[in-house]
Amino acid sequence: MDINWQFIISTLPLYQKAAWITIKLGFWGTLLSLVIGLVCSIILYFRIKVLKELVEIYVELSRNTPLLIQLFFLYFGLTKLGITMSETTCAIIGLAFLGGSYMSEAFRSGIEAVSKTQIESGLSIGLSQMQLIRYVILPQAFAVTMPSLAANCIFLFKETSIVGAIAIAELMHVTQDVIGMYYQTFESLFMLVAAYLIIILPLSFLLTWLERKVRYAEFGN
Amino acid sequence: MQNLGINVLFEGTTLQRLFEGLMMTAGIAFISIIIGSFLGIGMGLLRTSKSRIVQFICRLYLEVFRIIPILVWLFIVYFGVTNALDIHLDGEVVAVIVFSLWGAAEMGDIVRGALESLPKHQVESGKAIGLSFWGLYRYVLIPQAVRRMLPGAINLSTRMVKTTSLVVMIGVIDVVKVGQQIIERSIIKVPTASFWVYGLIFILYFIICYPLSKLSKKLEAKWEN
Amino acid sequence: MNKENHQVLLEIKDLHKEYDTRTVLDGIHLRVHKGEVIVVLGPSGCGKSTLLRCLNGLESIQGGDIQFDGESLVGSNVDWQKTRQKIGMVFQNYDLFPHMTVIENILLGPIKVQKREKKEVMEQAAQLLEKVGLSDRKDSYPRQLSGGQKQRIAIVRALCMNPEIMLFDEVTAALDPEMVREVLDVILGLAKQGMTMMIVTHEMGFAQAVADRILFIDEGRVCEISEPKEFFTNPKTERAQQFLNIFQF
Repeated sequence: MDINWQFIISTLPLYQKAAWITIKLGFWGTLLSLVIGLVCSIILYFRIKVLKELVEIYVELSRNTPLLIQLFFLYFGLTKLGITMSETTCAIIGLAFLGGSYMSEAFRSGIEAVSKTQIESGLSIGLSQMQLIRYVILPQAFAVTMPSLAANCIFLFKETSIVGAIAIAELMHVTQDVIGMYYQTFESLFMLVAAYLIIILPLSFLLTWLERKVRYAEFGN
Repeated sequence: MQNLGINVLFEGTTLQRLFEGLMMTAGIAFISIIIGSFLGIGMGLLRTSKSRIVQFICRLYLEVFRIIPILVWLFIVYFGVTNALDIHLDGEVVAVIVFSLWGAAEMGDIVRGALESLPKHQVESGKAIGLSFWGLYRYVLIPQAVRRMLPGAINLSTRMVKTTSLVVMIGVIDVVKVGQQIIERSIIKVPTASFWVYGLIFILYFIICYPLSKLSKKLEAKWEN
Repeated sequence: MNKENHQVLLEIKDLHKEYDTRTVLDGIHLRVHKGEVIVVLGPSGCGKSTLLRCLNGLESIQGGDIQFDGESLVGSNVDWQKTRQKIGMVFQNYDLFPHMTVIENILLGPIKVQKREKKEVMEQAAQLLEKVGLSDRKDSYPRQLSGGQKQRIAIVRALCMNPEIMLFDEVTAALDPEMVREVLDVILGLAKQGMTMMIVTHEMGFAQAVADRILFIDEGRVCEISEPKEFFTNPKTERAQQFLNIFQF
């Protein structure tokens, strides 16, 4: 098979731009997911009435429906009820809606893994509930749950491939366009896979490194 | 509101068509889960192999699916492979191929995890009573491993069902595509059609996936005790 | 030394504790005077650990009253955060925070809860570490310490809050036998300095050496309160006699 290098070079800027969009979406999606997940897991930990039930419903809805449908519902469905937002906003909200529940589950299991005696020993030196969460529970939960958080992060970066469906010029969308316009299928797909490898592999190494780093400070007992 | 948009769902054959689309989606998921499970069991057995090369290849196979998004795989097979081999494959076939291969990779990992979690003395006591390699798997390891891998396997099925929503991107007339057609047809008359149709599809997916993930959680909790 | 005419620091009146329908503590009465060391003995499951945990608000109680420094610790308006600063507690599993160094473990309470000056707390911590012989370990992580060392740090962590009473809940039960001594020596040292303490232990020799009074509990009730010499040589109740026999070969 002849590879049309000329074509690859000429579409490189297009893919570069798309890759940045993918990274941007993945970054904000992950960040917001972490925030949502953290808030949800703290609500679950304190068993705050009503909010706890809402969080549980949210987690089930989010985990048991596909991102594509969530996005379509947000982007096409809600706009028809007068709620309008840009594609990018919509994509990030969609990713955060999806990721938030995954992160919440990860944090929850991390918090559950902190032993009861750790909590008691925190209480016995007079820590308040908030201080207990901040200085004792979260640092340990974070270390336990780091592998899950990392997996979720990779998962969300991969899920950005779906938001092209609502007209965002990320990698998938650009590839679809390029294949449609120039019929250079092989080259386009090659660029697509290469772009994902360039994004996901370093991210994955970074997260593994971070995991080890965080774990180092934890667990001695 | 002069015309409740929700009526769009009950006009003519709308519900029936959506149901047919759903059956297409469910069919792809079902066939892929079956094929993926069988391939995955083989894969899992291979992954417990002592050979470094076999282990490496299997691991690579899994990672390749974990690093590249499934939608990209659908594109690679739908556009790339068909182009390279100069054949035509329907979107449905492409979807089944990709989901089955992906399922095999993930299922293999679940099977491996289950086999490795079995206490070592089980293998030793199996060998001690003179079981052959296959006998060991058939009578000792697999029955125990099945129990341990069930929650994970059900979870994977839920993931595969959810992922089937992507087949619309490679031209399959699935529930999402049917939904889009209905919306396009009625958009002038009922501007809120997309809210109701996508809302319904959202609920349909939930109805399928929720019991599965509940079941998986229940089995997991049962297994822990 | 008789401390019964010292001021009463802690008074437990008719304390009842139930788990579901099972009665764990059934009408405990006790007065702890300032500077007094009470050792709580009894067969496992008799409720002695639960008693200590009630004093620190880690368990809810179903009846009776606890007065600490003249204030009741019963009811929903007890400021446990404030009270726990005055009641130091050390647990069986030396629960140091694994993600913090020794000094961070010690400083957390004084600085975050008591809002004290770091410099002043550091000085106190250094003195206490010196006393337990661990000055050189202040920047270690808990995982780098032996069980005995961890337990000594846990004691320092509690002491650094300047508590008025210390509760020790089977602090040597999880230790290797050769490390028990180093921890008990620290507690003996505290007793000599006049620290008020309640100690749950299974170390009979230690109990005899450290206690001003022995509180013997069985099935949630106080069977006997007496001075150690009397308790070990001439127990008043049959239950106590049986209990002591277990420890003799």
